[in-house]
Amino acid sequence: MKLQEVDSRGIFSGYGLPVPESILITDPAEAGAAAKKLGCPVVVKAQVLVGGRGKAGGVKLANTPEEAAEKAEKIYGMDIKGLKVQKVLIAKAVDIEREFYVGVVIDRSSRMPLIMVSPAGGVDIETVASENPEKILKTVIDPAVGILPFQLRGMAGFLSDDKEVKKQIAKAISALYQAFMGVDASLAEINPLVESPDGKVWAIDAKINIDDSGLYRQKKIAAMRDTSAEAEAETQAREESLSFVKLDGNVGCIVNGAGLAMATMDMIKHYGAEPANFLDIGGSSSPEKVLAALNIILRDENVKSILINIFGGITRCDDVANGIIEARKKMDMDLPMVVRLTGTNSEKAMEILADTDLIAASSMEEGVKKAIEAAK
Amino acid sequence: MSILVDENTRLIVQGITGRDGAFHAAQMIEYGTEVVGGVTPGKGGMTTDSGVPVFDTMEEAVRETGANTSVVYVPAPFAADAVFEACDAGVELVVCITEGIPVADMIKVLPYAERRGTRVVGPNSPGVISPGSAKVGIMPGSIHRKGNVGVVSRSGTLTYEIVYHLSENGFGQSTCIGIGGDPVVGTNLLDTMELFAEDDQTEIVVLIGEIGGNDEEKAAEIIKGGYPRKVAGFIAGRTAPPGKRMGHAGAIVTGGSGTAADKIKALNDAGVRVADTPAQIVDIVKDLA
Repeated sequence: MKLQEVDSRGIFSGYGLPVPESILITDPAEAGAAAKKLGCPVVVKAQVLVGGRGKAGGVKLANTPEEAAEKAEKIYGMDIKGLKVQKVLIAKAVDIEREFYVGVVIDRSSRMPLIMVSPAGGVDIETVASENPEKILKTVIDPAVGILPFQLRGMAGFLSDDKEVKKQIAKAISALYQAFMGVDASLAEINPLVESPDGKVWAIDAKINIDDSGLYRQKKIAAMRDTSAEAEAETQAREESLSFVKLDGNVGCIVNGAGLAMATMDMIKHYGAEPANFLDIGGSSSPEKVLAALNIILRDENVKSILINIFGGITRCDDVANGIIEARKKMDMDLPMVVRLTGTNSEKAMEILADTDLIAASSMEEGVKKAIEAAK
Repeated sequence: MSILVDENTRLIVQGITGRDGAFHAAQMIEYGTEVVGGVTPGKGGMTTDSGVPVFDTMEEAVRETGANTSVVYVPAPFAADAVFEACDAGVELVVCITEGIPVADMIKVLPYAERRGTRVVGPNSPGVISPGSAKVGIMPGSIHRKGNVGVVSRSGTLTYEIVYHLSENGFGQSTCIGIGGDPVVGTNLLDTMELFAEDDQTEIVVLIGEIGGNDEEKAAEIIKGGYPRKVAGFIAGRTAPPGKRMGHAGAIVTGGSGTAADKIKALNDAGVRVADTPAQIVDIVKDLA
């Protein structure tokens, strides 16, 4: 789950990071008052869950409250990569002498948190990684031991030569790591962390992604979920505990298991059509789940046929077939539906399906081909 | 003679009184796995319907039964603790089926297990099966046949799909291992390849990868450097859009890395043929056999 900058700033602040004061507004008319309260200059920042806000014109400096109001008016309602700006943050501006990057992620190969720091702050870290990899210092942290003083000295020294600045950077990195571990983050990033001309260090941007598996014990964070960046169907799917991603094709698919669901999409493409979605209904293929899945897929008007691809395994296919028929009865839909079931009692399932208007398929290949044909 | 699990496996089922644990314990016994005990804190002293003794702690279970392996069906909030407990009790292998364990827990569990000399498979794994000998997990035993193809995968049902085709066409398996769909797992693709390299029953390795991470690329490097087994590949997620998690917590293309195209290219460059569809794996295996 991605957090908005304003929430990430709040979390960082709580862990002792030096974050400039800010006020969130949902009406551009409040911008002037907010700027006056904070003291100018201020930065007016669009709150949308996509990268590249600055380049898109969603981040502007304002020297007076009037200017802040004017900039907020422009940014509010702006379209950034398909997302409408509905919240704007007014933040106290900081003079910038130097910009750094500091971020924490989980390193899949060492299976430990990895802190990345770079003196090339303010730009996309992936660009730095590909063009100037020597400008990034990576430090793996053993979570059982925690972040060690020598590691902090090394990272701070990579970014600055100034004793006072180094001290502040080390403190900031340590706080960032604590925040990362404390909120079950999968990414916590400050880009940029800046040094002002008077030698003070500030976190002027904030980004946190949360590990979805940790949300059950992060109630406060879970409540920060912002659904504005996802398709409505994706929000609905999550509420139904279904794993769903909307795509642009016209063959809808419902599959048990993530790997098989991806392979199904790939096969639809392989045979010349485009999948409308990724949808994993998980291990149990109960009528309720199938019904919920159908409801989500049918929100998409592009969908011209639906393929249900179930590798039954231990689940009995005749039960699944009955569930699908039951779900289908409850739906008012005339889209062709292809059902492929393999596993225990699959022959019995095929017999059950034969008496309905569902199109039965005995293999994944056959199911995909029939679904593509039906979508034409 | 297969890897990780076999006739010598003496298994404890952690979470045996739960719905999944009870169901799969019975399934594993039916397959012929030697399930010597179960653990559910507070339920020690009872016996399950399939006649398995239940203990309160792993320590007691291991002491009383001489178990060397455990399988975890414990719900996510308590699963990390269950794995810690299994490591502490001294089993050699813990297979963690549970999905949705916070990564912050696993990064503490895995180094702990390593220090204790315990191998962890998973989490979010369908388990490990050596057909004809033992099944530790949730996969349908009936689709497997004994043979000389080793299967390693990050997925569950996709593996069943491919194994089904292999078995139908007369290609049995030495061991099939699902390493799990999470970003952080214990035994990874490379560890499994090492195990298959030393297993005399395994002649061909089927590597089933997916988007996210770069283990498949690393595997390709190992193969390039001279791997003693023939390899056939499949990569899921060619049509996955970047930045979107495809069901598995670990299946995500980030910052342009971890794409299916990169993985397929790396494998092809190492001389490995990658199937376009699950069924096509059989054609490649046929050519390699």
